[in-house]
Amino acid sequence: MKERKNIKAVSAVFVIFTIAAFVFFIGGCGEKKDSSQTEISQQQSADVNTSSATTDAAGLTDWQIKHGIGPIKEELKLGPIDKKLAFKGKNIFDSKCAACHKLDERYVGPAQRDLIERRSPEYIMNMILNPAEMLEKNPEAKKMLAEYMTPMTNQNLTIDEARSVLEYFRLVDLAKK
Amino acid sequence: MEKVKRKKIIIALAGLMTGALLYIGCQETKEVAGTGDAPQKVYVAPGTYDEFYAFMSGGFSGQLSVYGLPSGRLFKVIPVFSQNPETGYGYSEETKAMLQTSYGFVPWGDAHHPELSQTDGVPDGRWIFINENNTPRIARIDLKDFETAEIIEIPNSAGNHGSPFTTENSEYVVASTRFSVPIPEKDVPIASYKNDFKGTISFVKVDPKNGNMNVAFQILVPGYDYDLASAGKGPSHDWAFFTCYNSEEAHTLLEINASRKDKDFIAAVNWKLAEKYAAEGKGKTVKTLYYDNFVDPKTGIAHSDKRTEVKVLDPKDCPGMIYYLPTPKSPHGVNVDPSGEYIVAGGKLSTVIPVHSFSKMLSAIKNKQFDTTIDGIPVLKYDAVLAGEVKNPGLGPLHTEFDGKGYAYTTSFISSEVVKWQLGTWKVVDRHPTYYSPGHLMIPGGDSKKPFGKYLVALNKITKDRYLPTGPELCQSAQLFDISGDKMKLLLDFPTIGEPHYAQAIPASILMKNFEKIYRIEDNANPDAIKKEMDAKVVRKGNDVHVYMTTIRSHFAPDNIEGIKVGDNVYFHVTNLEQDWDTPHGFAIKGAENTELLIMPGQTRTILWKPLTAGVYPFYCSDFCSALHQEMQGYVRVSDKNSNVKISYGTGK
Repeated sequence: MKERKNIKAVSAVFVIFTIAAFVFFIGGCGEKKDSSQTEISQQQSADVNTSSATTDAAGLTDWQIKHGIGPIKEELKLGPIDKKLAFKGKNIFDSKCAACHKLDERYVGPAQRDLIERRSPEYIMNMILNPAEMLEKNPEAKKMLAEYMTPMTNQNLTIDEARSVLEYFRLVDLAKK
Repeated sequence: MEKVKRKKIIIALAGLMTGALLYIGCQETKEVAGTGDAPQKVYVAPGTYDEFYAFMSGGFSGQLSVYGLPSGRLFKVIPVFSQNPETGYGYSEETKAMLQTSYGFVPWGDAHHPELSQTDGVPDGRWIFINENNTPRIARIDLKDFETAEIIEIPNSAGNHGSPFTTENSEYVVASTRFSVPIPEKDVPIASYKNDFKGTISFVKVDPKNGNMNVAFQILVPGYDYDLASAGKGPSHDWAFFTCYNSEEAHTLLEINASRKDKDFIAAVNWKLAEKYAAEGKGKTVKTLYYDNFVDPKTGIAHSDKRTEVKVLDPKDCPGMIYYLPTPKSPHGVNVDPSGEYIVAGGKLSTVIPVHSFSKMLSAIKNKQFDTTIDGIPVLKYDAVLAGEVKNPGLGPLHTEFDGKGYAYTTSFISSEVVKWQLGTWKVVDRHPTYYSPGHLMIPGGDSKKPFGKYLVALNKITKDRYLPTGPELCQSAQLFDISGDKMKLLLDFPTIGEPHYAQAIPASILMKNFEKIYRIEDNANPDAIKKEMDAKVVRKGNDVHVYMTTIRSHFAPDNIEGIKVGDNVYFHVTNLEQDWDTPHGFAIKGAENTELLIMPGQTRTILWKPLTAGVYPFYCSDFCSALHQEMQGYVRVSDKNSNVKISYGTGK
């Protein structure tokens, strides 16, 4: 029994020595980096709006909280509703969005009829164009994800296409019952 | 006493360990697997990319694998000559035409040599070609989406081994016959070999705009075994070189009977002149049958084009088109150096590596320094074309690649090594063992005018004790060497699929400029595509039922289908509406006898399903797609043949 204890104690010394050696090893020689290693960054760096001084915990400005993060960084100038543009937007909506969004019922995602009353035009476009970052950072978008659980997909619309979908939302809101 | 001793011993041991660790840590690992700083050189940190794409032949798997260098990580296995139920390649209605041949539907293949397309003698990243040996074919893979775009059959060919090596601007890829056969095929005694058996060397034209391949002409050659090829470059741009063995014309026990002569040949073909002869109508138009299968880029559907004629040139009618360079002894590989002057042969039974000189060959032709003429092909004098011989290259030299700095690297199969030697002096300057028995080797761009260099990969046939054993069948293997210094340094072993006959590598930066992340749904011209979930439908036409279905995370539309009857042919046309990168969906249905589907974003794929008994059959997404992937499922109700259940369908109702 006694002998075993003794061996334990000695083993502990051994372990400590070994750990010490490792610490030294890592601290002393672990900094080596091969400069010939080609690293190609795989993350596209996200554009960050810096026009406003105040930021939230995620580093968003008030503008970004209200209007979203993405390629739309300024207030959109919306004229009277362009029906032709809205019709183009309907086509895109039916093909790329309607599998998950209906106008008047909750489906995979929220109903869209009154979207234009709930969100700013800039927010809507940023959500279409940059959903991954929106869901990660924007507090409003994060709330929606927590409620609906299915992350909105990036359907790779161009800015012009997203603009036409926005026009469609403006139009359908008018036809509200 | 004893205790104290033990204590001392243990403390001493700990001290020793510490010392050893410090030594290993700071002195760098010594000759464990690779050498010196090997671990750092092959370590590609999580989230970072490899420097090179390497395309490794899948050998008898019939496929082409994509690895990263220097890490040796496997990214993708591209289905080429063999069906692949993982994606539905060769099973789905859109892809099955790819495997059509004049011998019927051939679901497998023996892939050998990947070859990147070139512009001005340098890999350009547009396409990669690979040959199939057994049912003679060449495939073209589009490097925008890493998918097989075309497979063309080679007529009048058996054993398409010397293929698909490219000319300097991919004007042509070549195809020479390993097995001579009666041409055209006919029923003759095998013993009539010397009279009836011939070989062919084919030139397959590549359309520079879209890559489409077309067998431009074939050269009829004596019935030897044509083995490998290499096109000229720079001054030798107009020429291509083909090794052959079995000039003895043996048809049995070749290992003895085809090894009798001291020298066989390298055939030098002036393809520019052959092209001219073909245009002038010197060739005979011969009736034959072969298939060209290609994917329509608009619809994504493969079509088979049956071809019935090919132009054949006879050297007897075409002076100056082809010469034989005597080469010891049963030469296997042939490789033209970056300057285009040296033609290096790997005589697998030879004790030297003979190197022919292109300029000496031209003057020998001019001065008619011929030994003899065989079937209209002048045989040049060995000494008149020889630039030099590399002495002591190891046993069984096979293949050579170049580093662009004046050195050549040759594999020696029997002595299991890579030998580095200098062009011009023919002196061996370094050698390194491989584990074991290397066939080809590959240096990125090492067969081109401007090798990218830096690494060398030996492609080993035997692994024996190198990896954890997996029963009688062991993995194949690649070994990565650092060739940036004077001495080769072994960095890494990594397993490969099938037999890694040959490989090609290209800087990642070249391919990453062009690759596609999705197929644009707007451009999907598949007639069975639907582009809106609201267009999803089920249509009965007699016994055929067509289900036009969409997928998006995380549901199918329709996902409840009734009215299918036993005996129906049910076609599921599944369009993936996703338009984001890395969002494929799978489609699997219970009892499917053929395959599942993997549908890329924006793509349409069709599976035929024949339910045999009444019941309710679940289907689901087989590729994990989202948090609600497990919910991505549906049901098909199958009723008896005579039932009155009408077609009905829907989602969410």
